[in-house]
Parts: sequence; structure tokens; C-alpha cells
Amino acid sequence: MEWRRSYGRAPKMIHLESNFVQFKEELLPKEGNKALLTFPFLHIYWTECCDTEVYKATVKDDLTKWQNVLKAHSSVDWLIVIVENDAKKKNKTNILPRTSIVDKIRNDFCNKQSDRCVVLSDPLKDSSRTQESWNAFLTKLRTLLLMSFTKNLGKFEDDMRTLREKRTEPGWSFCEYFMVQEELAFVFEMLQQFEDALVQYDELDALFSQYVVNFGAGDGANWLTFFCQPVKSWNGLVLRKPIDMEKRESIQRREATLLDLRSYLFSRQCTLLLFLQRPWEVAQRALELLHNCVQELKLLEVSVPPGALDCWVFLSCLEVLQRIEGCCDRAQIDSNIAHTVGLWSYATEKLKSLGYLCGLVSEKGPNSEDLNRTVDLLAGLGAERPETANTAQSPYKKLKEALSSVEAFEKHYLDLSHATIEMYTSIGRIRSAKFVGKDLAEFYMRKKAPQKAEIYLQGALKNYLAEGWALPITHTRKQLAECQKHLGQIENYLQTSSLLASDRHLTEEERRHFCREILDFASQPSDSPGHKIVLPMHSFAQLRDLHFDPSNAVVHVGGVLSIEITMYSQMPVPVHVEQIVVNVHFSIEKNSYRKTAEWLTKHKTANGIINFPPETAPFPVSQNSLPALELYEMFERSPSDNSLNTTGIICRNVHMLLRRQESSSSLEMPSGVVLEEGPHVLRCSLVTLEPGANKITFRTQAKEPGTYTLRQLCASVGSVWFVLPHIYPIVQYDVYSQEPQLHVEPLADSLLAGIPQKVKFTVTTGHYTVKNGDSLQLSNAEAMLILCPVESRAVVYSNTREQSSDAVLRIQSSDKVTSISLPAAPAYHVIEFELEVLSLPSAPALGGESDMLGTPEPHRKYKDKQKTGHCMVTTDHKVSIDCPWSIYSTVIALTFSVPFRTTHALLSSGTRKYVQVCVENLSDLDFQLSDSYLDTGDGTDLQPVPLNTQSQQHIHSKQSLFFVWELKWTEEPPPSLPCRFSVGFSPASEEQLSISLKPYTYEFQVENFFTLYNVKAEISPPSGMEYCRTGSLCSLEVLITRLSDLLEVDKDEALTESDEHFSTKLMYEVVDNSSNWAVCGKSCGVISMPVAAEATHRVHMEVMPLFAGYLPLPDVRLFKYLPHHSAHSSQLDADSWIENDSLSVDKHGDEQPDGSSLGSRGSVHSVCSGEHKGLPMPRLQALPAGQVFNSSSGTQVLVIPSQDDHVLEVSVT
Amino acid sequence: EISAWGSLVARRERNLRQLYPTGTSKVYGYVTNSKVKFVMVVDSSNTALRDNEIRSMFRKLHNSYTDVMCNPFYTPGDRIQSRAFDNMVTSMMIQVC
Repeated sequence: MEWRRSYGRAPKMIHLESNFVQFKEELLPKEGNKALLTFPFLHIYWTECCDTEVYKATVKDDLTKWQNVLKAHSSVDWLIVIVENDAKKKNKTNILPRTSIVDKIRNDFCNKQSDRCVVLSDPLKDSSRTQESWNAFLTKLRTLLLMSFTKNLGKFEDDMRTLREKRTEPGWSFCEYFMVQEELAFVFEMLQQFEDALVQYDELDALFSQYVVNFGAGDGANWLTFFCQPVKSWNGLVLRKPIDMEKRESIQRREATLLDLRSYLFSRQCTLLLFLQRPWEVAQRALELLHNCVQELKLLEVSVPPGALDCWVFLSCLEVLQRIEGCCDRAQIDSNIAHTVGLWSYATEKLKSLGYLCGLVSEKGPNSEDLNRTVDLLAGLGAERPETANTAQSPYKKLKEALSSVEAFEKHYLDLSHATIEMYTSIGRIRSAKFVGKDLAEFYMRKKAPQKAEIYLQGALKNYLAEGWALPITHTRKQLAECQKHLGQIENYLQTSSLLASDRHLTEEERRHFCREILDFASQPSDSPGHKIVLPMHSFAQLRDLHFDPSNAVVHVGGVLSIEITMYSQMPVPVHVEQIVVNVHFSIEKNSYRKTAEWLTKHKTANGIINFPPETAPFPVSQNSLPALELYEMFERSPSDNSLNTTGIICRNVHMLLRRQESSSSLEMPSGVVLEEGPHVLRCSLVTLEPGANKITFRTQAKEPGTYTLRQLCASVGSVWFVLPHIYPIVQYDVYSQEPQLHVEPLADSLLAGIPQKVKFTVTTGHYTVKNGDSLQLSNAEAMLILCPVESRAVVYSNTREQSSDAVLRIQSSDKVTSISLPAAPAYHVIEFELEVLSLPSAPALGGESDMLGTPEPHRKYKDKQKTGHCMVTTDHKVSIDCPWSIYSTVIALTFSVPFRTTHALLSSGTRKYVQVCVENLSDLDFQLSDSYLDTGDGTDLQPVPLNTQSQQHIHSKQSLFFVWELKWTEEPPPSLPCRFSVGFSPASEEQLSISLKPYTYEFQVENFFTLYNVKAEISPPSGMEYCRTGSLCSLEVLITRLSDLLEVDKDEALTESDEHFSTKLMYEVVDNSSNWAVCGKSCGVISMPVAAEATHRVHMEVMPLFAGYLPLPDVRLFKYLPHHSAHSSQLDADSWIENDSLSVDKHGDEQPDGSSLGSRGSVHSVCSGEHKGLPMPRLQALPAGQVFNSSSGTQVLVIPSQDDHVLEVSVT
Repeated sequence: EISAWGSLVARRERNLRQLYPTGTSKVYGYVTNSKVKFVMVVDSSNTALRDNEIRSMFRKLHNSYTDVMCNPFYTPGDRIQSRAFDNMVTSMMIQVC
């Protein structure tokens, strides 16, 4: 039937059950009746009357009376049913038409509501008519019933609300209201609207809770005081009956206690929830209820005997659980452990506290007081309920049995605990499981069974450590310590004690207690003297930092190294440590670089302090032990056009971060710390470690060279050893041994020859101790002087570059040996001093072509010079030094650079000759040049006349200076003239030098400097023209004039003698290197030149200018033409070959573009080809530059452009 | 009082809920969008704190925590050493007690 309700509530299909009761006036509800279930909703009057007479006589009166009664009770819900019988009608068909009675009744009674009268025809017959009338009747009946029901229910609800609004009035009673609202709940339940029914109870629940809370806040209601009466019965929830009438009545009588009310309310809620198929909500609500009740009792300050609530909670938990189990199958329960486990846990907890209360958890068992208490508690349970009396496992029986004896309690408690732990574990609530386990451990400890307790404590501790719960760790450790003490696990106990003694969550007193435990044990005389208890150090003390002195942690053999460590003692009291030992691992390091003094001076660690990261254990292990992300940007560019292809972020230490977390094995320090014993230890005895930071200094004398790695740190207190198994980061120190060494190096980049230069001597003493009187013996090199300044000081440095002393150097020089006496210096020190050396410019620096006579020491670097042009010529001087520590001499090479490069040139002007010397300063220094002098040697009447006027000249760095002399002679000059140029020099910037410096010399030879021929060329424009024009032939006149008579130099193969007349064959050649001219006709020819003064030869040829402008004349070259039949031809020196060769090559290069001089080319070709074939052919030899003077060199001829533009154009292109 | 706090399983639609109840205290858990979890333990007998109060306390806590995280000098994962955060927590505790 669809039920439409007021207040916009959604229509619902309901099942309304009705009872038919014979009408009695006394059944009609009185005013203010609250019973809704027994309420008469609809009154039906049945009549069979079909006789008008009868109707008038009795039925009408009866009906009227009935209606009046109903009206009197203000009931408007009624129905009149007229049953018609065909049998009767047959008999009395004539009496009255059937409808008339119906009409009559309708007229009489249903003046407005005609539907309140129904006809039911032939109810006992099986005809369609009957069926129809039945249907009509039933529909009507239902509709009316529902109407009445709805109306009355609405009225009831309104009444109820009114009543609830009155709750602030003084006389209001919760129990009364409870009954009213419950009536509504019953109705809903009856309608199978369990949800609505539950809402009624929840409202009641909330209302009550609110009152209790308000009461706690001081706003007490009168009726509530009743619930505050002392608790006398604690027999738990009863959930097996749908309605606990016993409790309901007590509420009705207003005699219920708080627990009664709560129990009843919950039992109803439970019933409805179970109807609604929500057993898990029952479990959840039950737990809330139990917690809540305990709180409410506290809030209302209800006096409760000790243990009573525990009993009630325990019973209730089990009751709820059993009730749920009763309506679910195993699989359902197993998959919903998460909902029920709370109840299990709560029951376990309460049973435990009951056990403690009743003295069931002790070795001796309960005493009389405990027994009395137990009896009282059991009395409060009352008798077992009849409905559970037959079940073996009823909560009541369980509790009674558990409290009956120590053994029974143990059994029940263990059962419950194990079940709870298992459940918690299965749903992943590990922490809760561990918590129950800890309770269990406590229980075992009480029972003096520490071996059983240990496993639970260890399990819990492991879990807490893994997750970093500081306080639970401390608490569990405390329990564990006690347990281990009982078990006699000395090592473990001491370890736990040390952890606890350093635990900041404990009070000072507790920490002191645990610390004393350790110290007491340590001070006990041990039965076996060698026995050591090895404990990890981190709880005892932490290594904070370490400081080396010397700070670079490198020490020489025999040197003293001190290591200062800072230990942070975690103990609450000062601890006297017998010794602190650092185990050191020794290894001979192959790589000796670290040990050299050089390394020492170059590598200085910041300050020699190594900091150790504070130990993260035991707290937040999970997070902080992870290394920080090392992220880098990554760009990938395409190789072709360098455009960005990919970009991203790379985590470099993925392997560290994504590594599987070691499953807590590494969390607790591994107990098996191995004590390393080695031959190398650093020891510090009798130290008192104050709480907090302590500085401990180890001193050691270095013995063997090698690398020492600090491995373990141990502190011993009696037989207890605290060991830090690994010192990390790795700490090392090195011991080295070094041979004495001598280093000599120039102060400047390079040493310059000729001027005093400073050289630094460094003596690294190494393991050798320099005594007074030890000296360095320098064997003097011939060309190198060691200058002995008066005030020369030697400085002695220690290994760490700290100046330790200085002393005056005593230097004694003899011819062969210079002796430098060293100041006394201890081993592993450095002596430094400077000396000035002077490389004598004994060797004349090389010049041009002339061969050098100098000593073998000067080392020429022709090739380098040619390549760079700026490389200085260097000289190596080797000095052998005898050192006092060695029988071998040390040879030291010093390289000096000659600061100058000198070139010379012979210049001619007609027959006058000049010598030019160019001095180029290659060094970075400026020099002062003075007293330049050209020595042409004795025995000649040649006189160099200096053209330089200044006697002193500055030559700056990278600059050149020229000196020029004119050569004058009176007699016939020699063919070769040896010259020697010398110039004094000194650094320009420096003050007066103590010693006089040797001048710089340069030797060279001037050869064939006398002019033999004068060549004069002249170009004249074609006849009739004023100027030369491009493209038109001009005449070239070459005049070769012999200037002297026969001289020594002329005597060679080219000279021919005939009739006292000498002549020499010359070849001339006209070459225009700049392609200004085109030589027409022969450009070269051989002439026979008489060897006599003023002999001339004239050559005429045609040339054509190719360009306009002032054009230099073409070159005219002269060669000596040597005949092929010469006997010496095969003995030609290489130079002449080279000259010739180069010449021919030159000619090729020059003439190739010159197309107009074909004839001349042919002739030259013949010369060249002849040479190449190796046949005896005439040879050409260039005349030395000094022998030919070209008087027309430098002259120019004006060429004007021709009118022919076309030609011009072509020439341009 | 050492209590094993239950692991927080936040409901999907809400980021605040009461965790496993214990007899003596109420445990509330709050999870932020970035899965940072806050746990608050309140004495059961303290009836002044309703859900609304708890919610606003968590909100305050969350805001303050966000401020801490915004500090550029704070490395996530380190122990929080912010005075402002401490003061806020302390003031919340005082207000409750």
C-alpha cells in the first residue's frame, strides 16, 4: 500500500497490519492516550439488515448510538458495511428494494461522506459480483484505515514534539518522553520502516547525550539526577531479545540507571540495525557506546565500584561480538575484522585490568583482599540471563571463569590477546598489534616470564624504531631493559641501558639510574679478566669532529702528530674512561706524491677539521637517512643545427633514493660489533667524559711512512667497551719520509746573459739534519760567475712554511769552487736563499753567415730563430754542486738567453762603402748601450769612421738600434775584411752595478766590398716623342763601366787573358719583377768586359711600358759567366750551386708571364736544362753585392697613357 | 601517555576524520592534498571540542604548516624549527586545556 506522508516525506510502500476487535466502548482511547499500537483506527459497523422495518426498529437506533459514542470520543474514522444476501432477498423480494436500505443509511448517517457506506453482496458466494464487491470493500477499507492511521500518526507526532518542546519545564521527565517516542519507533518497526524507527532511537540517544554533556557543563536537569545513582549492577548488554521488557519497564517506572538506559537503547538500535543488515555498524556503534558510557559515568560523577565498569565493558564487548557472529557467517566476519577488532581489543584491555585488579596477574596469586573484590564484582553481575544459560561460551560464563583462578585468567587473557594481535596484524594495523603485544609483555613480566615478554618488546621496538616514534621507543626500551635484566642478558641489558641513559625523553633521574647500572657493572671485578663487553658507542658518546695538527694531516717520519677529537658524551653524569683508543689501519701508500714537501706546501686543508655528521639513529630514520635529491638540468641538442631536442631533469643519485629500504635490520645497531685489534693504535688514558662535548687529544710520533686510516674508536670503562665500529667519513693521516733535495731555479722567467741574474736555491732537508759547517760546493763554470753579495741571507722554513730562522750566508769563492755554508736546520725543513749569477758573454753571439769561433757551449737555435724571429739565443751553463748529504754531485743546468740579436749589412754608394750593424733587443728589459766600436783588425789601412754621434743610447725592449761606419781606405782593400763589433751594455733601469760588465761583441766578415762595376740604365722615349707612352716601344740603354784595374778578386775562371789584356765574361740580364715593362728582343747577353778602369760596355734594347705613370726602371743584373771547360767545375762548392739554382728558378718565375721575350727565354732555358742534365755547361755566378753598383737604381721614367683606350681597357682587365 | 596511533586512512570525500577510538582519548587525523598527515589526540573527557572546533584547529595547523613549507630556507623533511609554527601549536594547546 502506498503511504503518502506529511511534511514532504517521500511516499513509501508500507505494510500495515491490523487487528479486528469487537467494539467496546471502554476500548476507545481516552484523552491523552499515548499508546499508538493499540489505537482503534477505524470503526466498522456491520449489518445484514435488508428489511426496512427491522432497520427502523433496531438497526437505526443502534447505529445512532454507535455514532454518538464515536463522536463522544472524537473519532471520525468509521465505516458502515451492509452485507446483502441473495438467499434472503429471494425470500423477501417484495418487501423492499435492496438499495433502499443503503440509501436510507446513507441518508441517515453519511450526510456528507457517502463513501463511508459500503455494500458487500453475497460474501460467501463465488461469483464475479461477489468478487467485485469484496474488492471494492477491501479497497475502501484500506484507504480509510490508512487515512485514519496517517491522521492519528501525524497527531501523535505533533503531540510528541509538543512534549519535547516542554523539556525545559521543571516537571519534564525523559523517561516519559522516551516511552512516547519509542511508541513511534514501534509503529515504524511494525510498518517495517526500520530506518525511521532507528531515527527515533538515535534522536533519543542524541537528546540524552546532550543532556549529559550539558550536565557536565553545569546545566543539570532534575530528571538526570536519577541516572546518577550508584551503579549496582553491571551485567552487560543484552542483545538476544528484540525488546528487553525488563529494562523497558524499569525505564517506564523511572528506575533505570544510566547503564540500564544505555543498554536498552543500544539493544533496540542493535535490533534495528540487524534488521537493516548492518551488523558492522553495530560493532562500530558498540565501541563508541562503551567508550561513551565510561565517559558519561565519569562526567555525571556516578560512583562505580572498581572493576565494575570493566566487567560491564567486557561482557558487553563479548555480547556484541557474539550477537554479530550469530547473524553472520564466518567469511563475512573474517572480511570485516576491521570493524570488530576494536571490540576485541577493548575486551582484552578490560580483562587485563580486571586481572590486575583481582590479583590474578602475579606470581603469588590473589590475596584475600583481591578475592573479596572478585566476589563483589561477581555479585554485581547478578544471575545469568535465562536466554544464555544454555550456551557454553556466554560472556557471563567466560568472565566468571576468567576471574575464578589465575590459570583460567591466563588462558582467557592469552586467548583474547592472541586473537586480537592476529586480527590487527591481518588488517595491517601493526602498531595496534604491537601495542597489545606490549601489554602482553607486561603481563609476562608480572608473571615472571621475561623470556616470553622479550619477543613482544623487541617486535614493538623494531616497529617503533622503523617509524621513528620517539616516546614509544623510550617506553619500550625501559620495559626491555627490565626484561633483559631479568633474563641476565648482560650485554643486551647494558646496551639498552646505555641507550636509555642517553635518552632525552627520560627524566634526569631515570637516565642517571641506567647510567649507574652500566658503571656499576663496569666496576665489578670480572670473573675472567680478559672478558670484554663490547657495546656500540653511538648511545654512549658521539664523535663530533676531529682536528689534526698539523692541519694537513701529513707528518714526516719522527714528527709529532696530534689529533684532537670532540666527543659528545650522552651520559647524564661524568664518566671516567680508562682509555680511549683509536685503531689505526696502516698501509704503505705507493703514490708518494702526497708525501712530498711540494704537496705539503701546495695543499692546505681548510683547517684540518673533519666534522662528523650527527648520528641520525634512532630517530626519523625513514626520512632523514635518505640523501637529498641531486637534480641536474639536462639539455640535448641536435648535432646538426644545435637546436634543443630534449630537456629534462636528471636525478643523479637515483640508485641511492630508489634503493629498497633495508627492512629494519640496519636500524638497530647490530649487536655483534667486532673489536678490531691492530698493531697501530692511538691511546689516551684516564679521561673523564663530562656530559656534553669533550675534547680529547691524541699525540703520536710518526714512525713508518705510509697512510694511516682511523678505523675504530673505543672507550673502555672497566670491562665495558664502547666501540664505534667505523669512523666515517674516512679519516687518514700520512707519514712520509723524504730525501734531501736541492732545487735551483731562476727568479725571473728566463735568465739573461751578460747581466747579473738572481737564482733561488731551495734546500729541502728531508730526513737530513743540516749541521753547522755543512756547505754546498759549487764547481764554477768558466763562463758563469757566482757573484757574492755581502748581505745574503738564508731563511729556514719549517714544513708548514712557517719561518723558523734566518742566517747570513757565508760564501767563499776560489778559482774552481764556490762554497756556500748552509745554516743549521733540523730535518724536514726548507732552506731558501738567493744568489746572483752572471753569464759572461764570452761567446760572441752569432751573426749572419760568418762562422762562429766561440766556445762549444753556446747553443744555436737556427731553426727556432728562423721560425719565430724573436727567439733569443740561449746558452746553457752546467753547475755541479756537491751536497753534504750525498756523495754524488748534483748537476744543475742554467739556461741564459742572449738579449740581443745582431745583423750586419754592407751598403755602397758608388765606391764608398758603409757597414751597418743592427742590434735588436729581444728581452723585456731596456738597456743602455754605450761605447760602440768596430774593430777591423790590424794590418789594414782601412778605417771605419763611425757615423753615430751619440756615445750612449737607450735600446728599449723589442726595439732595434743601428750603427753605421763608413769604410775608408787608401791602399787596395783586402778582398775579405774581418770585423768585430762591440758595444757595452747595462740594464737601463738599474742603479750602478757593483761589477763592470763585459761588452757585447759581434764578429762578422765583409767580403768583396770594393765596387768593380757600375751599371747605369736609361730609358728614352721613341724618337720624336717627348714622353714614353704605354704600348709604344722605348729604348733601354744599359751602360756597364769597369771602375778599377785588375784586382785580386778578379782572378777566377771568368778571366781570360790575351795579349796582356785581361777581360772577363759577364752576363747581363734585364728583368722587370714588377711587370711594368715588356722587354722586347733579347733580355740578356754575354759580354766580354776588358778588365781595365773606365772600360765600358753599352747595350741597347727595346722595352715597352705596360702601365702609365712613373715607372721604376727594370733591374739590370750582372753575372759572372764561367766557362764550362773549367777544371774546377766539378769542385764547385755548394754555395755556388745553390746560387745558380736559385737563379734559374727565379728566372722561371719572372719570365713566365712575360710573353714578349721569347728569345731570351730560350737561351736561359738552355742554361737551365744544361745544368739539370749535369752536362758541363757554362755557369753563372752572381757578382757579390759590393762589387756592382747600380747607379740608376731608384730612377723613374714618366710614362703617359696612350690614346688607345682599348689597350688601356685590356690592360686594366 | 603512550598510545599507538592508528594509521590514517582518509576517506575519499573528506580529509578529516576520527581515527580508531580508544577509551581515553579521541584521535583525529587530517590529510592534506599533498598527503601530509596531521594527527591530533584529544582527551575523551574534553567535551568542549566538537567536530567544528577540531576542523578549525586542523585548518589553522594546515595554514601554519603551509607557511613553514613556503620558507625558502626550510628543507622538506627536516624537523620543523619555526617559531611561528611552535607558537601557533602552543596557543592551540593552551586554548584547549
